[in-house]
Amino acid sequence: MSSYDVVIGLEIHAQLSTKSKMFCRCSTLYGKKPNTNICPVCTGQAGALPVLNGKAVEYALKTALAFNCKINNTSVFSRKNYFYPDLPKGYQISQFDEPLSEHGYTEITLKDGTTKKIGITRIHIEEDAGKNIHDNENSYVDLNRAGIPLVEIVSEPDMTSPEEAVLYFKKLKTIIEYIETSDCNMEEGNLRCDANISLKPSGEKKLGTKVEIKNLNSFRFLEKALSYEIERQTKALSSKEKIIQETRLFDSDKGVTRSMRKKEESNDYRYFPEPDLRPLLLNESFINKVKETLPELPDTKIKRFIDVYKLSYYESDLFCSDKMLASYYESTVKAVGDAKLTSSWIQTVVLKALNDNKISVKDLKLGAQALSELLLLIKDGSINQNTGKDVFDEMLKTGKPAKIIVDEKGLSQIHDEGLIEKIVEEVILEATTQVEQYRAGKIAVMGFLVGMVMKKSGGKAKPAVVNELLKKKLG
Amino acid sequence: MSNSFLTASIPALAKLLRDKKISAKELCELYFNRIKKHKELNAYISIFEKESLLQASLLDREGFSEKDPLMKGIPVSLKDLFMLSGTRTTCASKILENYIAPYDATITKRLKEKKAIIVGKNNMDEFAMGSSNEYSYFGPVKNPWDTTRVSGGSSGGSATAVSAGLSQISFGTDTGGSVRLPASYTGILALKPTYGRMSRYGVIAFASSLDQPGPMARNVHDLAIAYDAVAGFDKNDATTSSKKTENVYEYLLQENKKDLVKKTIGIPSSFIKEGVDKDVIKVFEESLALIKKIGFKTVDIELPHTKYALDVYYVISPGEASANLSRYDGIRFGHRNKGFKDLESLYRGSRGEGFGEEVKRRIMLGTFVLSAGYYDAYFAKAAKVRTLIKTDFENAYKKCDAILMPVSPFTAFKLGEKMASPLSMYLSDIFTISVNLAAVPSLAFPAGFSSQNLPIGMQLIGKHFDEKTLFGITRLIEMEKQDCFNRVSVE
Repeated sequence: MSSYDVVIGLEIHAQLSTKSKMFCRCSTLYGKKPNTNICPVCTGQAGALPVLNGKAVEYALKTALAFNCKINNTSVFSRKNYFYPDLPKGYQISQFDEPLSEHGYTEITLKDGTTKKIGITRIHIEEDAGKNIHDNENSYVDLNRAGIPLVEIVSEPDMTSPEEAVLYFKKLKTIIEYIETSDCNMEEGNLRCDANISLKPSGEKKLGTKVEIKNLNSFRFLEKALSYEIERQTKALSSKEKIIQETRLFDSDKGVTRSMRKKEESNDYRYFPEPDLRPLLLNESFINKVKETLPELPDTKIKRFIDVYKLSYYESDLFCSDKMLASYYESTVKAVGDAKLTSSWIQTVVLKALNDNKISVKDLKLGAQALSELLLLIKDGSINQNTGKDVFDEMLKTGKPAKIIVDEKGLSQIHDEGLIEKIVEEVILEATTQVEQYRAGKIAVMGFLVGMVMKKSGGKAKPAVVNELLKKKLG
Repeated sequence: MSNSFLTASIPALAKLLRDKKISAKELCELYFNRIKKHKELNAYISIFEKESLLQASLLDREGFSEKDPLMKGIPVSLKDLFMLSGTRTTCASKILENYIAPYDATITKRLKEKKAIIVGKNNMDEFAMGSSNEYSYFGPVKNPWDTTRVSGGSSGGSATAVSAGLSQISFGTDTGGSVRLPASYTGILALKPTYGRMSRYGVIAFASSLDQPGPMARNVHDLAIAYDAVAGFDKNDATTSSKKTENVYEYLLQENKKDLVKKTIGIPSSFIKEGVDKDVIKVFEESLALIKKIGFKTVDIELPHTKYALDVYYVISPGEASANLSRYDGIRFGHRNKGFKDLESLYRGSRGEGFGEEVKRRIMLGTFVLSAGYYDAYFAKAAKVRTLIKTDFENAYKKCDAILMPVSPFTAFKLGEKMASPLSMYLSDIFTISVNLAAVPSLAFPAGFSSQNLPIGMQLIGKHFDEKTLFGITRLIEMEKQDCFNRVSVE
């Protein structure tokens, strides 16, 4: 088989997290009974008119700024015309030839550590459609979602593999979570992805025929669908078949894509300027005001954590991929004053707890303040690392502060060297075999001896002190 | 009950109500008796007799005082495209035959706040598309001056209702002449306000960038009071202007209007020559003479691009309409095809059965001009020419303050006369359409009669948001030519 270059671009829709819909005052709350968040405007009643939600504009603008887009001071809403039961007006209010913003970019970090710029063609505002629901006999329409504000983020065809596409999608999600313009809850459909993919013979300049894959709403589906599509198109091209320009759907059960409609069958959307809304005018002072509300974005934070806390790129990226985790780390470090200790604890203990309980940082009962109190006890030698882990578990269970648990259970380390010396002597007398082996040069048994001392001390002895005493006695 | 109440203006009625010379209930009954007597004119699609009489009784119990809005207790009718919550709103279409409005239009709401009595909903051309009111699912409206003739459209039911004394005032909508043309054919007044002056919220859309609701009345004071009652910014309509509205009726009552007579009236002579009935020309010249006699200066103006207005209009308005009418799909409300098998047949069946011939013609036309490959040649180009037409008016207003023109090149024609040729029907609007394209206000008033005793209307076209001047000039004309105004066309 000959080799091909893969060209991928993504179109991502993010629901903006405004309280009310884009053109009416209906609530955007998810999970309500069907057709309860509706009004004459979002159900397309005769005579109803849209009025633009200023918050939606602000959030869309903030998103565009976070992706380094050039903001158009004048943008225009357009009607995108097509018939579908979940589209109440028979047209979607969107933006077409004069979008909110264009020419942005974001960067992804590849496996080898190099960064790659992914161009953003445009970010524009539009309204969401409702949902069709089918059972065996009937079809229903739920318009709770109709009119929820969206931004559509269209990338340049800058990605060359499914991995890059996933990295970009993840990056995009992280950035939006940082700026809090969308909840980015993929199960609730806050973030939805369509992919365009084409193949061309290696080195060829001209792009191949592209295929659009709809509704790839998880990183895994995106990766799988693109991989399948590369395989399918490679086979087709290798056997001199033509790729048909079409829209395909990903069947996540079977892991394949299927043709949904050919290009000829696709709609002529007959875009024209929306006469019910005036052009959207954004002056520089408003744009600057919104710019000032942008928080530190992930790339900057990753660099800063490396600089300030001397973290590795891996650690910094791990923490900064989640805004809450990054702030959890930073707050803890500030209180503990030990970047390495905090980092290793969060990586091992905290992330494990999150994984085990399938929760995110914001749902963790044990806040940065509580964790730092615990880490300070370890840092000053009051307890050792292993005891610390037990205390951590206890804190999760009871919500009690570390200090109280340590006091209640008498877990403080034994500082009285005389007491430890006594235990060490007992162990030397009991573990005769190991003592002999050690003396014969098998240094590895030291761990066993230390463990025995620790056990006898109820874990309260300082391992370093035990080590030293054992060495001295066995010397 | 005497017909003298019918020639009373709203302020006169308000005084009669205050002085208990007539009760609101009696006034209402007078109108309902007339509505029933003149049923054959087909001016109404729905009437609300029981509700109106009840409301009138309640108002009577409450009593009338100087502090009350002038509209209190006044019988008003609405073109059947204004949402009136809980009542049927059909837009004269089968597709909305049983549509119950789930909310109030802003205009409806403001009328209710002023305690006007909404007696019924007027017949109209289906979806306001037409110039003769013959394209109604509920049958044509007849001209009360000659029932073998059309009322004009699309607000024909409103015009006939006001002209025949079946309501004191009415509200219609004007997209290309739809209040002015029927006003002219039935001998009443109508205002097409500046675009953005009146809320379109709850008014079923035809062509959103051109539609403007407008009042219709038998005299200038009524028209002004109707306008004052509803005009102005609406937070539910993003295209309304936040510019403050001035109370026009109060302005008309002011004694001293020296500035008004200093106004200059522009005359687009070259535009009016071709294809215009000689009776219309005669009345136009009489109006011109009257204006000069009152003391206005006149000046000849050119509107060089208005000759393209009709073409531009028949690209832009169907384009917008084709999208506006997409919501009537049989899914959530409105007529639904009974035997549909799948989604496609549901759409085809419901829309195919629900829309009338003229509406379908415009949807197809509109779909075509917006289609890929045709958009630039038609819709985009029409939008550019529209700008030129706007500029024509801006240039004209450097020389004058208002423009005088006939409303229509001819008088009310025979029912059925132009049904075979949509293009000849479209020509009715040759003088009215450019006003909508330029978004300027225009006030149509009765100016005379043809040799066949049919009313002929003229229009005064004003500057953006300068409705006041149009009212002021028309009031002066009214005082000079009282025989044309405040006429009730049938016994």
